[in-house]
Amino acid sequence: MNPIFERRKRIIILAMCILASLYLLKLFGLQVVDKKYKEAAERNAIREITITPPRGLIYDRNDSLLVYNEAAYDLMVIPKDVREFDTTDLCNTLDITKEELIKRLEKARNYSPLLPSIIEQQMKKEDYGYLQEKMHKFPGFFVQNRILRSYPVPIAAHILGYIGEVTEEQLTNDSYYQMGDYIGISGIEKSYEEELRGVKGKHMVLVDVNNREQGSYKNGAEDVEAIPGKNLWSTLDMGLQKYGEWLMEGKKGSIVAIEPATGEVLCIVSSPSYDPNLLVGKNRSKNYAALNADMNNTPLFNRALKACYPPGSTFKLANGLIAQQERVIVPSTYYSCGGGYTFGSHRLKCHSHAGSDLIDAVRCSCNAYFCHAFYNTVSNRRYRTIQEGYQVWKDHINQLGFGQKFNTDLPYESKGIIPSVEFFNTRYNGHWNGNSIISMAIGQGEVGATPMQMANLLAIIANRGYYYKPHVVRAIGTKDTPNTRYAQKIDAGIEQKYFTPIIEGMRLVVTSGTGRQAQVPGIEIAGKTGTAQNPHGEDHSVFACFAPVDHPQITVFVLVENGSWGGVLAARIASLITEYYFNREIKQTEKEKQVRDHKIYYRNNAR
Amino acid sequence: MLAENKTKHKSYDRMLILLYIALVLIGWLTIFSSSYTPGSDFSLLNLDMAYGRQFLWIIISAVFAISILLVDGRFIQSHAYHIYLIFMVLCVSVLFLGTEISGAKSWIKIGSFSIQPIEFAKFSTALALAMFFSEGKTASQRKTIWLSAFVIILIPAGIAILQKDTGSALVFFAFIIMFYREGFSSELMILGLLTIVTFVLTLWWNELYTIAFLTVLLVISIFIVNGNTKKIIKCVCVYGCFIALVFAVNLAYTHVLQPHQRQRIDTIFGKSVDPKGADFNLNQSKIAIGSGGFFGKGYMNGTQTKLNFVPEQSTDFIFCGIGEEWGFIGSLFIIGIFMTIIIRIILLSEKHKSHFVRVYGYGVASILFFHLIINIGMTIGLVPVIGIPLPFISYGGSSLWGFTLLLFIFIKLNAE
Repeated sequence: MNPIFERRKRIIILAMCILASLYLLKLFGLQVVDKKYKEAAERNAIREITITPPRGLIYDRNDSLLVYNEAAYDLMVIPKDVREFDTTDLCNTLDITKEELIKRLEKARNYSPLLPSIIEQQMKKEDYGYLQEKMHKFPGFFVQNRILRSYPVPIAAHILGYIGEVTEEQLTNDSYYQMGDYIGISGIEKSYEEELRGVKGKHMVLVDVNNREQGSYKNGAEDVEAIPGKNLWSTLDMGLQKYGEWLMEGKKGSIVAIEPATGEVLCIVSSPSYDPNLLVGKNRSKNYAALNADMNNTPLFNRALKACYPPGSTFKLANGLIAQQERVIVPSTYYSCGGGYTFGSHRLKCHSHAGSDLIDAVRCSCNAYFCHAFYNTVSNRRYRTIQEGYQVWKDHINQLGFGQKFNTDLPYESKGIIPSVEFFNTRYNGHWNGNSIISMAIGQGEVGATPMQMANLLAIIANRGYYYKPHVVRAIGTKDTPNTRYAQKIDAGIEQKYFTPIIEGMRLVVTSGTGRQAQVPGIEIAGKTGTAQNPHGEDHSVFACFAPVDHPQITVFVLVENGSWGGVLAARIASLITEYYFNREIKQTEKEKQVRDHKIYYRNNAR
Repeated sequence: MLAENKTKHKSYDRMLILLYIALVLIGWLTIFSSSYTPGSDFSLLNLDMAYGRQFLWIIISAVFAISILLVDGRFIQSHAYHIYLIFMVLCVSVLFLGTEISGAKSWIKIGSFSIQPIEFAKFSTALALAMFFSEGKTASQRKTIWLSAFVIILIPAGIAILQKDTGSALVFFAFIIMFYREGFSSELMILGLLTIVTFVLTLWWNELYTIAFLTVLLVISIFIVNGNTKKIIKCVCVYGCFIALVFAVNLAYTHVLQPHQRQRIDTIFGKSVDPKGADFNLNQSKIAIGSGGFFGKGYMNGTQTKLNFVPEQSTDFIFCGIGEEWGFIGSLFIIGIFMTIIIRIILLSEKHKSHFVRVYGYGVASILFFHLIINIGMTIGLVPVIGIPLPFISYGGSSLWGFTLLLFIFIKLNAE
């Protein structure tokens, strides 16, 4: 017994209690004060699976499906969770090289060690099934469902557009997107991205240390359901679009048809086109590069909206309207022709005829008549200078939709070309008059217009003075929810009465003038031929029309590059399009055969 | 014999028995939580599952506990050395007959079950030490009393090291607490502690700070001895020795150790990160405990333990499950129960007339305290990862039986 050591009892108990208290202090800090462990635990065990909602479908105006979704599977990775695994096994399963895998992992890590990135995209169901059995061997990897766009009928590629992975720039600009997400890149897919994509949902799952899913977190209490993307109803008429593309096969050019009462685009053909299914899935980039490299056919180039052509004689209609509105001519105004319009030592040729009034000038497309009318418009005595006169004309032509973009849901438009006063001042050093720019009277020279702008001019004429901006989506969400973005009626700045002689002239073009090839039995059509001079080769064949004359339901503009005189090929195509639209069948089989057999030789790189 | 017992009884300490039952139950519930998958078949005696096997171990423990209470305390006391010898021999035999499980050759396989004899060496060593200190000593024996005492603990510790079970080897040094109570020199205790502190500080901090720390201690001690020249000289000498130790440690660290050894030391002291190995486990352990919050995630709701993020979560890291599901309240409760048991044992020992019982009681308290501190300390990163179980709670038959015997022998002895 060592009684002197009895006070050591207290020392021992005291020391033990102090140590235990220090532990409790440390535990208090760890469990209550420091919040970082809670976050770490969530990162550890809770994986947020993003539910990408199905992208909205796209229908045509008659409920035919244009675009739908197909299931695919992406292999994702969270770089931080990757631990050692059998790379050879994974490479073999994915059929890629080890270097490729390492490269992709590196890219994912650079993007974010914590957020999921795509390693292999758009696997087919069969490949996925095979991989799924092995997933437990690859910690840090998981599979996410995806959708692929699919096109039951391979048409309207330019207008429907395509989707692709978001770029890094888009990732930084819009937090909605994660790496590997799809975004509309062109066409309707781009213009209506927000409607089509829907709202992402999330599903929280528990994963164990080997990254195996262990059921849902809190029984799904924190899950967010995805809201599917809205369906769209396009203004396009699938049958008409398909027929138009078929007619244009082997030719370069464009067909645009508009419903004048609404501005809805019924068909918009740009030929050559491509199968939209090419820009879907794994081979998208490869196919895109191939299409992009095809410099002879430029299939990605949307001629209907981007190509800027000299509009040719169809442009005379606009000048006829402006001249009346500016009161420099009346329908009975007569100009003699005698084979052309002479100014100074120059002469702008016309076919041989004595002369005409306005209606007849439209009917026979008299160059001289419209030169006089245009000259009188811009050199109007009411305006002191040519600059002032030209500006008045330019304002009119802009009001008729030229020289500017429509800025609707149409992808990548060109403005066309309507030169400014300054342009001519610079060119002519300030000294110019109506004759300096007289080619513009007949749609040549400095003026350039897209097929869409020309089709819109026809819509204005069909409507006798107004238009709705051309657009390609008519309803969003449900068929009965109209797209109201473009419901604004736009005044073209020409009084209604001035349309009467122009339309009468156009009617005669088809019945007895240059455009008789456009006739459709039983349908009264008003049209105008055009032959756009092409400095690079054979002239472009142009025809513009609307029908029926009294209650127009469709306007059609056709341009065939190097198609020669507008009265033949373009008029025939316009005729067939009109017939198809009204009758849904073609009785003019001979005409159809002529169009299909019409072969045009295109030199390389000629457009 | 039974009748005899009844008359001699002071009665068993109910509090210790109840706290023991509480800990065993908490242990079983925690093992159940981490091993049972909701929806799967449940059977208490499902020996394919950890909770089922632990239930069996608990029943066997109860048998052991009751057997101990039925045995005559004097029988245990008189055979203390024999018990010690038997288990030492058993432990040595493991070295030749044992099976290696996770790096340590400390298991004997019997059928499909394995037992770890070193767990039983703890109570037998405590018995041997109690016997040793309570025996009458001759004058010559008194001179070498500490040497002999150290031999008694060094034998099992040495065997444990041979079994590559460093954790268990360290446990036997917990008896130094008991030695201290039995009169081991305070100065030696302080010097020993100071040596460890100097060692750790030099490696963990740096040598200049450590020297500053030692200098402060020197100044304080000179104040305390208050002008006693002899003692001042002694203090200065000790101070000089420790300064030398600092330089020696530093020199060894920078010049003698290989880079990979330095790396290992740095990892232990948290100076460098080894995210894949031990550090990964420690980090996961801290995440599990830290994510528990104040009230915990609720029973069976722990994500980290349930989803196997924590290694050895039913055995050495079982505290993670408690910390995660019961939060700080749970931690407080567990540490509270342990401290109550330990202090209760010390107080009962001090009250007891028998020297043997007192020494044994201190031995039990020392072992339990050491396990508590090291086990919880390693799960929260306060001490290096040393694989020893949390008494009564950790999964495993051998450790549960070993601790049950350790505690119930005390309860039995105390009642006589």
